[in-house]
Amino acid sequence: MRFLIVLLLAAAPLRALAALDIFACTPEWGALARELGGERASVYTATNALQDPHHVEARPSLIARARRADLVVCTGAELEVGWLPLVLTQSGNPKIQLGQRGYFEAASAAKLIEVPQRVDRAMGDVHASGNPHLHLDPRNIARVAKALAQRMSVLDAKDASYYLEREVEFQKRWQAVTLRWEREAEPLAGMPIVVYHKDLSYFIAWLGLREVGTLEPKPGLPPSAAHLAELLAGLKQSPAKAVVRSAYSDPRAADWLAHEARLPAVVVPFTVGGTEGAKDLYGLFEDTIVRLKAAAR
Amino acid sequence: MQRKLWCAAALAAAVAPAQAQVGGAKAFNPDISLILQGTAASSSQDPENYRIDGFAPSGGEVGPAERGFSLGESELTISASIDPYFRGYMTAALTPENEVEVEEAYFQTLALGRGFTLKGGRFLSGIGYQNEIHQHAWDFQDAPLPYKAFLGGRYNDDGVQLRWLAPTDLFVELGAEAGRGRPFPATEESRNGANAASLFAHLGGDVGASTAWRAGLSYLRATPEERSFEDGGVTQSFTGTSELWIADFILKWAPNGNPTQTNFKLQGEVFRSKENGELGYDDGVAPATGDYASRQSGWYLQAVYQFMPRWRAGLRLDRLDRGTVDTAVPLAGPLAVEHDPSRVTAMIDWSGSEFSRLRLQYAEDKSRADATDRQVLVQYIFSLGAHGAHKF
Repeated sequence: MRFLIVLLLAAAPLRALAALDIFACTPEWGALARELGGERASVYTATNALQDPHHVEARPSLIARARRADLVVCTGAELEVGWLPLVLTQSGNPKIQLGQRGYFEAASAAKLIEVPQRVDRAMGDVHASGNPHLHLDPRNIARVAKALAQRMSVLDAKDASYYLEREVEFQKRWQAVTLRWEREAEPLAGMPIVVYHKDLSYFIAWLGLREVGTLEPKPGLPPSAAHLAELLAGLKQSPAKAVVRSAYSDPRAADWLAHEARLPAVVVPFTVGGTEGAKDLYGLFEDTIVRLKAAAR
Repeated sequence: MQRKLWCAAALAAAVAPAQAQVGGAKAFNPDISLILQGTAASSSQDPENYRIDGFAPSGGEVGPAERGFSLGESELTISASIDPYFRGYMTAALTPENEVEVEEAYFQTLALGRGFTLKGGRFLSGIGYQNEIHQHAWDFQDAPLPYKAFLGGRYNDDGVQLRWLAPTDLFVELGAEAGRGRPFPATEESRNGANAASLFAHLGGDVGASTAWRAGLSYLRATPEERSFEDGGVTQSFTGTSELWIADFILKWAPNGNPTQTNFKLQGEVFRSKENGELGYDDGVAPATGDYASRQSGWYLQAVYQFMPRWRAGLRLDRLDRGTVDTAVPLAGPLAVEHDPSRVTAMIDWSGSEFSRLRLQYAEDKSRADATDRQVLVQYIFSLGAHGAHKF
């Protein structure tokens, strides 16, 4: 009993400090919530950068964490459709259910691209709302930051000015680095690359790279020998500068194609924590640009 | 009018594309999904005379796949939020005999808070591990032997379920159910109140980034009346108390928690059943009744390994222990046979995508005392429509 009291006392001040308990589906939204929430938010990130965001399981640990959350921050656009609905309904937490204020989808604040005209599973794992990997355009990060800070200030009204001020500070810094990245990444404009999955589309659209092929024959399907051979033949006609894959994806097909086509194989972090350099949101873009520029030369 | 409304909705959808909360962009259509399943099977013993010797027949659909080509159950699932407070869910199985069976039809609360969730209607019980998993998501085509012997394949009663999730980092979930007693080992009675009740507790968590686990303990209590089976012109019936304990665990491993390339799953459950009451024996000549007490048990252990994208292999061991059956009344049918059934099953499956799976399965089934049944089957499982979320 005494042990329990000591334990409770030890845990209590930690809880009191952080006003908002945030459950982030993916590392990029966890990082953004930390930027905006500072010491007033305690952020739990449900997945790591080496996990394929399309294939996450509704693990008991996630359900336990969602139980206490004040705010769930996820991508939306059906990216988490395979696990998040279960976590939410099993959490017994009314605050974070779909449509409640404690449920935030980044896609609701961002501009989505590659919205299909029609959807059919014969096209692979396509999303009706558009490409969900929207965080790789820093301008989307800025849009989401604005909406998220507003949501945080509504949920934790007494600290509202704290979040909004942090957001203004963040936007200032973010705008400056975005401009710097756009300058530094000028050599990437027009650079033809082969990607693994259509998860870099926003980055490509932002800096004007050119995607000339995907290792997956259709979104969500593993690369097949026939498709790789076709890609290789195509690369002989119109060569690319690099074969680029995200840290979470399987290296084998990308390495094989890079070797056969005598191209550099580039691993990009995709999200915060994907590489050594991608320690936070700044590092994520910084490191991605550095790695691609090295291959562009 | 309807057309106008439709136009307005289409217009609204067109002007506010990305701004709408994307999860709700389905214009109030519920999620609909359909599972298509079927098998081509061959077995050395006739599935028509399948029985689990040493145990009272459950009356459930527990036999192996029919010989030759056969259509499995097509599962149609419809689910949606009802309002901010409730969610509704239904799975109807269209059987190959052209019948419709309601597998699950329930509401679930979303707004009770404090970790409580209430379910009402017909639902797969939270006891054990595999019981709550839908058949199309099983790793083998059929249920483990203890599920067949003690629960008639699975337990989906009509009733209510209350779950509570503890506010801790460790996953701690407690649940209680009360029901009509429709499925085996209970019986339906015209009685005010419940004919069956269960309790369960689940613990779960992660070990590092690569391993996740859940363990559970469940208890089911039913008071069947005149639960009977017929065998060779004899009717044997049981009235009394039926208790069942289940201990279960599941462990999933994937490098860095990314199951796309390779992953491993180890799952096992132990069952203990205790029945006390009265047994009846009626052969139409000299009916008899007397005291009855049985202590029976069983377990299974299965491992499934995805060794490369798309391909998985699995092995399952099942065993039932007849235990003790004490009664002065003559025993009938399979219950009379002194036998400890066992089975070994191996499978390999290929998944074209998340939505298609083809499986080859081989089993050596010693459910019958006098024969080993060698079963080979090919199974397909296809999923159409809404992308369902799968339970851990």
